[in-house]
Amino acid sequence: MTLRNLGLSAAVLLISAWVALPLVLIAIAAFTPRELLYQWPRPFWPESFTLETMRFFLRSTGVWQSTLNSVMVAVLTIALAFAIAAPAGYAIARFRFRGRDSVQLAILMVKMFPATVLSIPLAVAFIRWRLYDTLLGVAIVHTALSIPFVIVIVTSVFLGISYELEEAAMTLGSSRAQAFARIALPMALPGLAASAIFTFVLSWNEVFAATILTLNNRTLPALIIDSVLGAGAPLHFRFAGGFFMIVPALIIIFLIRRYLLTLWGVTVR
Amino acid sequence: MAVAEADLAVGPARPRVSWTPYVLILPTVAFLAVFFIYPMVQAVWLGVSDPQTGALTWQHFRRMSGDLYFRGAIRYTLTITLLAVPLQVALGLAIALLVNLRFRGHTMFLYLTALPIGISDLAAGLIWLSIFTERGYLNSALLRVGVVRDPVLFLTIERPDWLVGAVVITEIWRATAIVMVILLAGLQLIPKDYQETASVFGAGRAQTLRHVILPLLRPSLQTALIIRTILAFQLFGTVVVLAGRQIPVLAGEAYFWYSLYRSPNVASAYALLILVSSATVTWLYLRLLRIREEEARV
Repeated sequence: MTLRNLGLSAAVLLISAWVALPLVLIAIAAFTPRELLYQWPRPFWPESFTLETMRFFLRSTGVWQSTLNSVMVAVLTIALAFAIAAPAGYAIARFRFRGRDSVQLAILMVKMFPATVLSIPLAVAFIRWRLYDTLLGVAIVHTALSIPFVIVIVTSVFLGISYELEEAAMTLGSSRAQAFARIALPMALPGLAASAIFTFVLSWNEVFAATILTLNNRTLPALIIDSVLGAGAPLHFRFAGGFFMIVPALIIIFLIRRYLLTLWGVTVR
Repeated sequence: MAVAEADLAVGPARPRVSWTPYVLILPTVAFLAVFFIYPMVQAVWLGVSDPQTGALTWQHFRRMSGDLYFRGAIRYTLTITLLAVPLQVALGLAIALLVNLRFRGHTMFLYLTALPIGISDLAAGLIWLSIFTERGYLNSALLRVGVVRDPVLFLTIERPDWLVGAVVITEIWRATAIVMVILLAGLQLIPKDYQETASVFGAGRAQTLRHVILPLLRPSLQTALIIRTILAFQLFGTVVVLAGRQIPVLAGEAYFWYSLYRSPNVASAYALLILVSSATVTWLYLRLLRIREEEARV
Protein backbone atom coordinates (compact mmCIF):
# COMPACT_ATOMS: atom_id res chain seq x y z
CA MET A 1 0.00 0.00 0.00
CA THR A 2 2.75 2.43 0.96
CA LEU A 3 4.68 1.45 -2.13
CA ARG A 4 1.66 2.34 -4.24
CA ASN A 5 1.34 5.68 -2.47
CA LEU A 6 5.00 6.33 -3.09
CA GLY A 7 4.58 5.62 -6.78
CA LEU A 8 1.50 7.83 -6.89
CA SER A 9 3.29 10.73 -5.20
CA ALA A 10 6.29 10.34 -7.47
CA ALA A 11 4.09 10.43 -10.58
CA VAL A 12 2.15 13.45 -9.33
CA LEU A 13 5.32 15.35 -8.44
CA LEU A 14 7.00 14.51 -11.71
CA ILE A 15 4.03 15.62 -13.82
CA SER A 16 3.53 18.76 -11.74
CA ALA A 17 7.18 19.70 -12.26
CA TRP A 18 6.89 19.04 -16.01
CA VAL A 19 3.96 21.45 -16.24
CA ALA A 20 5.14 24.07 -13.77
CA LEU A 21 8.86 24.30 -14.49
CA PRO A 22 8.62 26.00 -17.94
CA LEU A 23 6.18 28.53 -16.45
CA VAL A 24 8.61 29.33 -13.65
CA LEU A 25 11.51 29.58 -16.10
CA ILE A 26 9.78 32.04 -18.44
CA ALA A 27 8.85 34.17 -15.41
CA ILE A 28 12.50 34.18 -14.31
CA ALA A 29 13.64 34.99 -17.85
CA ALA A 30 11.21 37.91 -18.11
CA PHE A 31 12.73 39.50 -14.99
CA THR A 32 16.36 38.64 -15.59
CA PRO A 33 18.66 41.55 -16.55
CA ARG A 34 19.20 41.57 -20.29
CA GLU A 35 23.00 40.98 -20.19
CA LEU A 36 22.59 37.84 -18.13
CA LEU A 37 20.31 36.28 -20.76
CA TYR A 38 23.18 36.32 -23.23
CA GLN A 39 25.92 35.34 -20.80
CA TRP A 40 27.65 31.96 -20.73
CA PRO A 41 27.70 30.18 -18.40
CA ARG A 42 24.31 31.56 -17.57
CA PRO A 43 23.09 31.57 -13.98
CA PHE A 44 19.69 29.99 -13.31
CA TRP A 45 18.82 32.44 -10.62
CA PRO A 46 19.96 36.01 -11.35
CA GLU A 47 21.42 37.80 -8.34
CA SER A 48 19.04 40.68 -8.86
CA PHE A 49 15.76 40.80 -10.71
CA THR A 50 14.84 43.72 -12.91
CA LEU A 51 11.75 45.22 -14.48
CA GLU A 52 13.91 46.55 -17.31
CA THR A 53 13.25 43.61 -19.67
CA MET A 54 9.48 43.90 -19.26
CA ARG A 55 9.69 47.67 -19.60
CA PHE A 56 11.70 47.30 -22.82
CA PHE A 57 8.99 45.01 -24.22
CA LEU A 58 6.09 47.24 -23.23
CA ARG A 59 7.77 50.32 -24.68
CA SER A 60 8.64 48.70 -28.00
CA THR A 61 6.86 50.11 -31.02
CA GLY A 62 3.33 48.90 -31.36
CA VAL A 63 3.18 46.71 -28.26
CA TRP A 64 0.94 48.98 -26.25
CA GLN A 65 -1.39 49.66 -29.17
CA SER A 66 -1.63 46.00 -30.14
CA THR A 67 -2.36 45.05 -26.53
CA LEU A 68 -5.24 47.51 -26.60
CA ASN A 69 -6.32 46.03 -29.93
CA SER A 70 -6.26 42.53 -28.45
CA VAL A 71 -8.42 43.62 -25.54
CA MET A 72 -10.84 45.40 -27.87
CA VAL A 73 -11.12 42.37 -30.14
CA ALA A 74 -11.70 40.11 -27.14
CA VAL A 75 -14.43 42.38 -25.76
CA LEU A 76 -16.11 42.60 -29.15
CA THR A 77 -15.88 38.82 -29.45
CA ILE A 78 -17.53 38.32 -26.07
CA ALA A 79 -20.35 40.69 -27.01
CA LEU A 80 -20.93 39.09 -30.42
CA ALA A 81 -20.59 35.51 -29.19
CA PHE A 82 -23.10 36.10 -26.41
CA ALA A 83 -25.60 37.98 -28.53
CA ILE A 84 -25.48 35.18 -31.10
CA ALA A 85 -24.90 31.98 -29.17
CA ALA A 86 -26.40 32.47 -25.71
CA PRO A 87 -30.02 32.21 -27.01
CA ALA A 88 -29.10 28.93 -28.72
CA GLY A 89 -27.63 27.58 -25.48
CA TYR A 90 -30.78 28.55 -23.60
CA ALA A 91 -32.95 26.90 -26.28
CA ILE A 92 -31.02 23.62 -26.09
CA ALA A 93 -31.31 23.60 -22.30
CA ARG A 94 -34.98 24.52 -22.03
CA PHE A 95 -36.76 23.13 -25.11
CA ARG A 96 -37.14 19.72 -26.65
CA PHE A 97 -37.52 20.39 -30.33
CA ARG A 98 -37.04 18.54 -33.58
CA GLY A 99 -33.49 18.96 -34.79
CA ARG A 100 -32.12 19.51 -31.29
CA ASP A 101 -29.72 16.58 -31.68
CA SER A 102 -28.51 17.76 -35.06
CA VAL A 103 -27.89 21.22 -33.63
CA GLN A 104 -25.75 19.66 -30.90
CA LEU A 105 -23.87 17.57 -33.44
CA ALA A 106 -23.30 20.67 -35.56
CA ILE A 107 -21.87 22.48 -32.53
CA LEU A 108 -19.43 19.65 -31.97
CA MET A 109 -18.43 19.69 -35.63
CA VAL A 110 -17.83 23.43 -35.52
CA LYS A 111 -15.66 22.95 -32.43
CA MET A 112 -13.52 20.41 -34.30
CA PHE A 113 -13.49 22.35 -37.55
CA PRO A 114 -10.10 23.71 -38.69
CA ALA A 115 -11.64 27.17 -38.58
CA THR A 116 -8.53 29.30 -38.59
CA VAL A 117 -7.62 28.23 -42.12
CA LEU A 118 -10.89 29.79 -43.27
CA SER A 119 -9.39 33.18 -42.50
CA ILE A 120 -7.62 33.08 -45.87
CA PRO A 121 -10.77 33.05 -48.04
CA LEU A 122 -12.40 35.34 -45.47
CA ALA A 123 -9.58 37.87 -45.89
CA VAL A 124 -10.46 38.12 -49.58
CA ALA A 125 -14.14 38.62 -48.75
CA PHE A 126 -13.30 41.08 -45.96
CA ILE A 127 -11.41 43.31 -48.38
CA ARG A 128 -14.62 43.55 -50.39
CA TRP A 129 -16.77 44.07 -47.30
CA ARG A 130 -14.36 46.68 -45.89
CA LEU A 131 -13.71 44.51 -42.84
CA TYR A 132 -10.08 43.73 -43.68
CA ASP A 133 -7.57 45.10 -41.16
CA THR A 134 -10.36 46.05 -38.76
CA LEU A 135 -10.76 44.85 -35.20
CA LEU A 136 -14.36 43.90 -35.98
CA GLY A 137 -13.18 41.57 -38.74
CA VAL A 138 -10.87 39.69 -36.36
CA ALA A 139 -13.60 39.64 -33.71
CA ILE A 140 -16.00 38.03 -36.18
CA VAL A 141 -13.63 35.12 -36.81
CA HIS A 142 -12.98 34.76 -33.08
CA THR A 143 -16.74 34.73 -32.56
CA ALA A 144 -17.06 31.83 -35.00
CA LEU A 145 -14.40 29.99 -32.99
CA SER A 146 -16.00 30.63 -29.62
CA ILE A 147 -19.67 30.01 -30.47
CA PRO A 148 -19.52 26.26 -29.69
CA PHE A 149 -17.95 26.92 -26.30
CA VAL A 150 -20.46 29.60 -25.37
CA ILE A 151 -23.31 27.28 -26.38
CA VAL A 152 -22.14 24.28 -24.36
CA ILE A 153 -21.52 26.30 -21.22
CA VAL A 154 -24.77 28.27 -21.44
CA THR A 155 -26.63 25.00 -22.00
CA SER A 156 -25.04 23.36 -18.99
CA VAL A 157 -25.66 26.43 -16.84
CA PHE A 158 -29.38 26.51 -17.59
CA LEU A 159 -29.69 22.73 -17.29
CA GLY A 160 -28.41 23.23 -13.77
CA ILE A 161 -31.15 25.72 -12.94
CA SER A 162 -34.50 24.04 -12.52
CA TYR A 163 -37.14 25.31 -14.92
CA GLU A 164 -39.70 24.79 -12.16
CA LEU A 165 -38.32 27.87 -10.41
CA GLU A 166 -39.23 29.97 -13.43
CA GLU A 167 -42.62 28.26 -13.64
CA ALA A 168 -43.23 28.95 -9.96
CA ALA A 169 -42.54 32.64 -10.53
CA MET A 170 -44.98 32.61 -13.42
CA THR A 171 -47.75 31.00 -11.36
CA LEU A 172 -47.17 33.76 -8.84
CA GLY A 173 -47.99 36.26 -11.56
CA SER A 174 -44.77 37.28 -13.23
CA SER A 175 -44.44 37.17 -16.99
CA ARG A 176 -42.09 34.75 -18.76
CA ALA A 177 -39.61 37.56 -19.34
CA GLN A 178 -39.71 38.63 -15.70
CA ALA A 179 -39.32 35.04 -14.54
CA PHE A 180 -36.26 34.68 -16.74
CA ALA A 181 -34.74 38.01 -15.73
CA ARG A 182 -35.44 37.79 -12.00
CA ILE A 183 -35.00 34.07 -11.34
CA ALA A 184 -32.94 32.26 -13.95
CA LEU A 185 -30.57 35.01 -15.04
CA PRO A 186 -29.14 35.88 -11.61
CA MET A 187 -28.55 32.19 -10.91
CA ALA A 188 -26.90 31.77 -14.28
CA LEU A 189 -24.54 34.75 -13.95
CA PRO A 190 -21.46 32.96 -12.56
CA GLY A 191 -21.56 30.38 -15.33
CA LEU A 192 -22.17 33.01 -17.99
CA ALA A 193 -19.25 35.02 -16.61
CA ALA A 194 -17.05 31.93 -16.85
CA SER A 195 -17.87 31.43 -20.50
CA ALA A 196 -17.29 35.13 -21.20
CA ILE A 197 -13.89 34.80 -19.57
CA PHE A 198 -13.06 31.71 -21.58
CA THR A 199 -14.03 33.55 -24.75
CA PHE A 200 -11.59 36.27 -23.74
CA VAL A 201 -8.73 33.75 -23.49
CA LEU A 202 -9.62 32.19 -26.81
CA SER A 203 -9.51 35.56 -28.54
CA TRP A 204 -6.46 36.83 -26.64
CA ASN A 205 -4.50 33.73 -27.68
CA GLU A 206 -5.56 33.37 -31.29
CA VAL A 207 -2.65 33.85 -33.67
CA PHE A 208 -3.36 32.67 -37.21
CA ALA A 209 -6.58 34.50 -38.12
CA ALA A 210 -5.37 37.70 -36.47
CA THR A 211 -2.13 37.55 -38.46
CA ILE A 212 -3.92 36.94 -41.76
CA LEU A 213 -6.73 39.46 -41.28
CA THR A 214 -4.76 42.49 -40.11
CA LEU A 215 -2.04 44.63 -41.55
CA ASN A 216 -1.67 47.75 -39.43
CA ASN A 217 -4.16 47.04 -36.66
CA ARG A 218 -2.25 44.08 -35.26
CA THR A 219 -3.37 42.22 -32.18
CA LEU A 220 -0.62 41.31 -29.72
CA PRO A 221 -0.01 37.73 -30.98
CA ALA A 222 0.05 38.98 -34.59
CA LEU A 223 2.54 41.68 -33.63
CA ILE A 224 4.78 39.14 -31.91
CA ILE A 225 4.65 36.81 -34.95
CA ASP A 226 5.67 39.80 -37.09
CA SER A 227 8.52 40.76 -34.86
CA VAL A 228 9.79 37.18 -34.72
CA LEU A 229 9.48 36.40 -38.44
CA GLY A 230 10.16 39.76 -39.99
CA ALA A 231 12.15 41.90 -37.66
CA GLY A 232 14.16 39.22 -35.85
CA ALA A 233 13.23 40.49 -32.40
CA PRO A 234 15.92 40.03 -29.72
CA LEU A 235 15.54 37.16 -27.26
CA HIS A 236 14.72 39.31 -24.25
CA PHE A 237 11.84 40.86 -26.20
CA ARG A 238 10.53 37.37 -26.99
CA PHE A 239 10.77 36.11 -23.41
CA ALA A 240 9.10 39.21 -22.00
CA GLY A 241 6.40 38.91 -24.69
CA GLY A 242 5.81 35.25 -23.87
CA PHE A 243 5.46 36.01 -20.18
CA PHE A 244 3.21 39.00 -20.83
CA MET A 245 0.90 36.87 -22.98
CA ILE A 246 0.48 34.03 -20.49
CA VAL A 247 -0.21 36.07 -17.36
CA PRO A 248 -3.84 37.03 -18.10
CA ALA A 249 -4.50 33.57 -19.50
CA LEU A 250 -3.24 31.84 -16.36
CA ILE A 251 -5.27 34.05 -14.04
CA ILE A 252 -8.35 33.49 -16.14
CA ILE A 253 -7.99 29.70 -16.31
CA PHE A 254 -7.74 29.71 -12.54
CA LEU A 255 -10.94 31.77 -12.28
CA ILE A 256 -12.95 29.44 -14.50
CA ARG A 257 -11.43 26.18 -13.24
CA ARG A 258 -14.83 24.77 -12.23
CA TYR A 259 -16.08 24.96 -15.79
CA LEU A 260 -13.11 23.40 -17.57
CA LEU A 261 -14.71 19.98 -17.78
CA THR A 262 -17.93 21.45 -19.19
CA LEU A 263 -16.09 23.41 -21.86
CA TRP A 264 -14.32 20.40 -23.28
CA GLY A 265 -16.34 17.47 -21.99
CA VAL A 266 -18.88 16.94 -24.78
CA THR A 267 -18.02 13.98 -26.98
CA VAL A 268 -19.07 12.17 -30.13
CA ARG A 269 -21.49 9.40 -29.21
CA MET B 1 -34.03 39.89 -23.13
CA ALA B 2 -35.25 39.91 -26.69
CA VAL B 3 -35.23 36.17 -26.26
CA ALA B 4 -37.87 36.07 -23.59
CA GLU B 5 -39.97 38.77 -25.21
CA ALA B 6 -40.09 36.82 -28.43
CA ASP B 7 -41.49 33.99 -26.41
CA LEU B 8 -44.30 36.13 -25.01
CA ALA B 9 -46.06 36.03 -28.35
CA VAL B 10 -46.46 32.29 -27.98
CA GLY B 11 -47.73 32.69 -24.46
CA PRO B 12 -46.43 31.10 -21.31
CA ALA B 13 -49.02 28.34 -21.45
CA ARG B 14 -47.05 26.05 -23.76
CA PRO B 15 -43.42 27.08 -23.71
CA ARG B 16 -42.10 23.63 -24.66
CA VAL B 17 -43.89 23.16 -27.96
CA SER B 18 -43.42 26.20 -30.14
CA TRP B 19 -41.26 27.83 -32.71
CA THR B 20 -39.41 29.68 -29.94
CA PRO B 21 -36.35 27.37 -29.90
CA TYR B 22 -35.95 27.84 -33.64
CA VAL B 23 -35.96 31.62 -33.21
CA LEU B 24 -33.37 31.22 -30.49
CA ILE B 25 -30.99 29.12 -32.58
CA LEU B 26 -31.52 31.17 -35.73
CA PRO B 27 -28.74 33.74 -35.00
CA THR B 28 -26.21 30.94 -34.49
CA VAL B 29 -27.22 29.11 -37.64
CA ALA B 30 -27.22 32.31 -39.70
CA PHE B 31 -23.85 33.44 -38.36
CA LEU B 32 -22.22 30.07 -38.99
CA ALA B 33 -23.69 29.93 -42.48
CA VAL B 34 -22.07 33.25 -43.34
CA PHE B 35 -18.76 32.69 -41.61
CA PHE B 36 -18.28 28.94 -42.14
CA ILE B 37 -20.15 27.82 -45.22
CA TYR B 38 -19.45 30.95 -47.26
CA PRO B 39 -15.65 31.01 -46.67
CA MET B 40 -15.52 27.27 -47.37
CA VAL B 41 -17.19 27.80 -50.74
CA GLN B 42 -14.94 30.80 -51.30
CA ALA B 43 -11.86 28.69 -50.48
CA VAL B 44 -12.84 26.14 -53.10
CA TRP B 45 -13.49 28.92 -55.62
CA LEU B 46 -10.16 30.66 -54.93
CA GLY B 47 -8.38 27.33 -55.16
CA VAL B 48 -9.68 26.37 -58.58
CA SER B 49 -10.29 29.66 -60.40
CA ASP B 50 -8.01 31.98 -62.30
CA PRO B 51 -7.82 35.33 -60.45
CA GLN B 52 -7.95 37.33 -63.70
CA THR B 53 -10.37 35.49 -65.96
CA GLY B 54 -12.33 33.44 -63.43
CA ALA B 55 -11.85 30.32 -65.55
CA LEU B 56 -11.43 26.96 -63.86
CA THR B 57 -7.81 25.96 -63.47
CA TRP B 58 -5.51 23.62 -61.55
CA GLN B 59 -2.62 26.09 -61.67
CA HIS B 60 -2.80 27.00 -57.96
CA PHE B 61 -2.61 23.37 -56.89
CA ARG B 62 0.20 22.82 -59.36
CA ARG B 63 2.07 25.83 -57.97
CA MET B 64 1.47 24.52 -54.47
CA SER B 65 2.74 21.00 -55.19
CA GLY B 66 5.62 22.28 -57.30
CA ASP B 67 6.86 24.52 -54.51
CA LEU B 68 10.15 23.79 -52.80
CA TYR B 69 8.56 23.72 -49.36
CA PHE B 70 5.51 21.58 -50.24
CA ARG B 71 6.89 18.10 -49.60
CA GLY B 72 8.61 19.28 -46.45
CA ALA B 73 5.41 20.87 -45.20
CA ILE B 74 3.48 17.63 -45.63
CA ARG B 75 6.25 15.48 -44.19
CA TYR B 76 6.86 17.67 -41.14
CA THR B 77 3.18 18.23 -40.40
CA LEU B 78 2.58 14.46 -40.47
CA THR B 79 5.72 13.64 -38.48
CA ILE B 80 4.92 16.15 -35.75
CA THR B 81 1.30 14.96 -35.60
CA LEU B 82 2.26 11.28 -35.45
CA LEU B 83 4.78 11.90 -32.68
CA ALA B 84 2.86 14.43 -30.60
CA VAL B 85 -0.74 13.19 -30.64
CA PRO B 86 -0.19 9.64 -29.28
CA LEU B 87 2.07 10.99 -26.54
CA GLN B 88 -0.47 13.70 -25.67
CA VAL B 89 -3.20 11.08 -25.39
CA ALA B 90 -1.05 8.71 -23.33
CA LEU B 91 0.07 11.43 -20.92
CA GLY B 92 -3.39 13.01 -20.82
CA LEU B 93 -4.92 9.63 -19.97
CA ALA B 94 -2.33 9.06 -17.24
CA ILE B 95 -3.05 12.45 -15.66
CA ALA B 96 -6.82 11.97 -15.92
CA LEU B 97 -6.59 8.54 -14.25
CA LEU B 98 -4.39 9.99 -11.51
CA VAL B 99 -6.83 12.85 -10.85
CA ASN B 100 -9.71 10.39 -10.83
CA LEU B 101 -8.06 8.48 -7.95
CA ARG B 102 -9.06 11.51 -5.87
CA PHE B 103 -5.97 11.49 -3.71
CA ARG B 104 -5.42 14.31 -1.25
CA GLY B 105 -4.67 17.47 -3.24
CA HIS B 106 -6.05 16.09 -6.49
CA THR B 107 -7.92 19.32 -7.27
CA MET B 108 -4.70 21.36 -7.03
CA PHE B 109 -3.05 18.80 -9.31
CA LEU B 110 -5.95 19.11 -11.76
CA TYR B 111 -5.78 22.91 -11.93
CA LEU B 112 -2.02 22.89 -12.31
CA THR B 113 -2.02 20.36 -15.13
CA ALA B 114 -4.96 22.17 -16.81
CA LEU B 115 -3.13 25.53 -16.85
CA PRO B 116 -1.62 25.12 -20.35
CA ILE B 117 -5.18 25.26 -21.76
CA GLY B 118 -4.89 29.02 -21.34
CA ILE B 119 -1.57 29.22 -23.17
CA SER B 120 -1.40 29.87 -26.91
CA ASP B 121 0.82 27.97 -29.32
CA LEU B 122 2.78 31.19 -29.79
CA ALA B 123 3.37 31.75 -26.06
CA ALA B 124 4.24 28.06 -25.56
CA GLY B 125 6.81 28.38 -28.33
CA LEU B 126 8.33 31.44 -26.63
CA ILE B 127 8.42 29.64 -23.28
CA TRP B 128 10.27 26.65 -24.69
CA LEU B 129 12.53 28.94 -26.70
CA SER B 130 13.86 30.22 -23.38
CA ILE B 131 14.73 26.59 -22.57
CA PHE B 132 16.11 25.36 -25.90
CA THR B 133 17.90 28.48 -27.10
CA GLU B 134 21.69 28.42 -27.30
CA ARG B 135 22.26 30.01 -23.88
CA GLY B 136 18.95 28.79 -22.55
CA TYR B 137 17.96 26.88 -19.45
CA LEU B 138 18.56 23.42 -20.91
CA ASN B 139 22.16 24.20 -21.78
CA SER B 140 22.65 25.83 -18.37
CA ALA B 141 21.29 22.70 -16.71
CA LEU B 142 23.50 20.42 -18.82
CA LEU B 143 26.53 22.55 -17.89
CA ARG B 144 25.57 22.37 -14.22
CA VAL B 145 25.42 18.57 -14.34
CA GLY B 146 28.68 18.54 -16.26
CA VAL B 147 27.40 16.99 -19.48
CA VAL B 148 28.52 19.85 -21.70
CA ARG B 149 31.12 22.58 -21.46
CA ASP B 150 30.01 24.72 -24.40
CA PRO B 151 26.39 25.38 -25.27
CA VAL B 152 24.82 22.83 -27.61
CA LEU B 153 22.90 24.27 -30.56
CA PHE B 154 19.51 22.58 -30.28
CA LEU B 155 17.62 24.82 -32.66
CA THR B 156 19.54 24.75 -35.89
CA ILE B 157 18.74 23.79 -39.46
CA GLU B 158 21.72 21.42 -39.35
CA ARG B 159 19.70 19.20 -37.01
CA PRO B 160 16.14 19.19 -38.35
CA ASP B 161 15.34 16.16 -36.18
CA TRP B 162 16.15 18.19 -33.07
CA LEU B 163 13.98 21.04 -34.30
CA VAL B 164 11.12 18.59 -34.76
CA GLY B 165 11.84 17.20 -31.29
CA ALA B 166 11.67 20.67 -29.75
CA VAL B 167 8.34 21.36 -31.48
CA VAL B 168 6.94 17.98 -30.39
CA ILE B 169 7.99 18.51 -26.76
CA THR B 170 6.43 21.99 -26.77
CA GLU B 171 3.20 20.65 -28.28
CA ILE B 172 3.03 17.83 -25.71
CA TRP B 173 3.59 20.31 -22.90
CA ARG B 174 0.92 22.67 -24.18
CA ALA B 175 -1.85 20.45 -25.53
CA THR B 176 -1.88 17.47 -23.18
CA ALA B 177 -4.09 19.56 -20.90
CA ILE B 178 -6.99 19.59 -23.36
CA VAL B 179 -6.79 15.83 -23.85
CA MET B 180 -6.66 15.35 -20.10
CA VAL B 181 -9.74 17.49 -19.49
CA ILE B 182 -11.75 15.69 -22.22
CA LEU B 183 -10.76 12.28 -20.83
CA LEU B 184 -11.40 13.29 -17.23
CA ALA B 185 -14.89 14.48 -18.16
CA GLY B 186 -15.42 11.07 -19.78
CA LEU B 187 -14.03 9.19 -16.77
CA GLN B 188 -16.40 10.98 -14.43
CA LEU B 189 -19.35 9.72 -16.47
CA ILE B 190 -18.38 6.11 -15.71
CA PRO B 191 -20.31 4.95 -12.63
CA LYS B 192 -18.09 3.92 -9.73
CA ASP B 193 -20.10 0.68 -9.34
CA TYR B 194 -18.61 -0.70 -12.53
CA GLN B 195 -15.13 -0.61 -11.09
CA GLU B 196 -16.35 -1.98 -7.77
CA THR B 197 -18.15 -4.81 -9.56
CA ALA B 198 -15.01 -5.59 -11.52
CA SER B 199 -12.94 -5.79 -8.36
CA VAL B 200 -15.60 -7.93 -6.64
CA PHE B 201 -15.21 -10.40 -9.50
CA GLY B 202 -11.50 -10.43 -8.90
CA ALA B 203 -10.23 -8.11 -11.64
CA GLY B 204 -6.94 -6.40 -10.86
CA ARG B 205 -6.33 -2.70 -11.49
CA ALA B 206 -4.77 -3.30 -14.88
CA GLN B 207 -7.59 -5.62 -15.92
CA THR B 208 -10.25 -3.16 -14.78
CA LEU B 209 -8.52 -0.42 -16.74
CA ARG B 210 -8.25 -2.51 -19.91
CA HIS B 211 -11.60 -4.26 -19.91
CA VAL B 212 -13.89 -1.84 -18.10
CA ILE B 213 -12.60 1.73 -18.13
CA LEU B 214 -10.95 2.05 -21.53
CA PRO B 215 -13.89 0.59 -23.52
CA LEU B 216 -16.29 2.93 -21.72
CA LEU B 217 -13.93 5.82 -22.34
CA ARG B 218 -13.84 5.26 -26.08
CA PRO B 219 -16.13 8.19 -27.05
CA SER B 220 -13.93 10.60 -25.10
CA LEU B 221 -10.75 9.09 -26.51
CA GLN B 222 -12.21 9.44 -29.98
CA THR B 223 -13.07 13.11 -29.42
CA ALA B 224 -9.66 13.84 -27.96
CA LEU B 225 -7.89 12.15 -30.87
CA ILE B 226 -9.97 14.00 -33.46
CA ILE B 227 -9.60 17.42 -31.85
CA ARG B 228 -5.87 17.04 -31.28
CA THR B 229 -5.12 15.69 -34.76
CA ILE B 230 -7.09 18.43 -36.47
CA LEU B 231 -5.40 21.09 -34.34
CA ALA B 232 -2.02 19.54 -35.12
CA PHE B 233 -2.73 19.97 -38.84
CA GLN B 234 -3.12 23.70 -38.12
CA LEU B 235 0.15 23.91 -36.22
CA PHE B 236 1.58 27.40 -36.68
CA GLY B 237 2.78 29.53 -33.75
CA THR B 238 4.99 26.94 -32.06
CA VAL B 239 6.85 26.12 -35.24
CA VAL B 240 7.24 29.75 -36.31
CA VAL B 241 8.86 30.66 -33.00
CA LEU B 242 11.10 27.62 -32.60
CA ALA B 243 12.09 26.90 -36.18
CA GLY B 244 10.92 29.73 -38.43
CA ARG B 245 10.47 28.32 -41.94
CA GLN B 246 13.27 25.80 -41.49
CA ILE B 247 10.57 23.35 -40.53
CA PRO B 248 7.80 24.12 -43.05
CA VAL B 249 4.26 23.11 -42.02
CA LEU B 250 0.95 23.35 -43.87
CA ALA B 251 -0.60 26.27 -41.99
CA GLY B 252 2.73 28.09 -42.07
CA GLU B 253 2.92 27.71 -45.84
CA ALA B 254 -0.66 29.01 -46.16
CA TYR B 255 0.48 32.04 -44.18
CA PHE B 256 3.62 32.59 -46.26
CA TRP B 257 1.75 32.26 -49.55
CA TYR B 258 -0.83 34.74 -48.35
CA SER B 259 1.41 37.33 -46.69
CA LEU B 260 4.76 36.95 -48.38
CA TYR B 261 3.88 35.95 -51.96
CA ARG B 262 0.50 37.71 -51.96
CA SER B 263 -1.30 34.76 -53.50
CA PRO B 264 -4.62 34.11 -51.75
CA ASN B 265 -5.24 31.43 -54.38
CA VAL B 266 -2.32 29.18 -53.48
CA ALA B 267 -2.92 29.95 -49.79
CA SER B 268 -6.50 28.77 -50.30
CA ALA B 269 -5.20 25.60 -51.93
CA TYR B 270 -3.25 24.95 -48.70
CA ALA B 271 -6.35 25.76 -46.65
CA LEU B 272 -8.33 23.23 -48.71
CA LEU B 273 -5.60 20.65 -48.22
CA ILE B 274 -5.85 21.14 -44.45
CA LEU B 275 -9.65 20.94 -44.60
CA VAL B 276 -9.66 17.74 -46.63
CA SER B 277 -6.99 16.09 -44.45
CA SER B 278 -8.95 17.02 -41.32
CA ALA B 279 -12.18 15.59 -42.72
CA THR B 280 -10.41 12.40 -43.83
CA VAL B 281 -8.79 11.90 -40.46
CA THR B 282 -12.08 12.45 -38.62
CA TRP B 283 -13.79 9.92 -40.88
CA LEU B 284 -10.94 7.43 -40.36
CA TYR B 285 -11.06 7.74 -36.57
CA LEU B 286 -14.84 7.35 -36.48
CA ARG B 287 -14.62 4.29 -38.73
CA LEU B 288 -11.64 2.58 -37.15
CA LEU B 289 -12.84 3.01 -33.61
CA ARG B 290 -16.35 1.86 -34.51
CA ILE B 291 -15.12 -1.29 -36.23
CA ARG B 292 -13.16 -2.23 -33.18
CA GLU B 293 -16.28 -1.81 -31.10
CA GLU B 294 -18.12 -4.35 -33.26
CA GLU B 295 -15.26 -6.79 -32.91
CA ALA B 296 -15.38 -6.37 -29.18
CA ARG B 297 -19.02 -7.34 -29.16
CA VAL B 298 -18.49 -10.57 -31.09
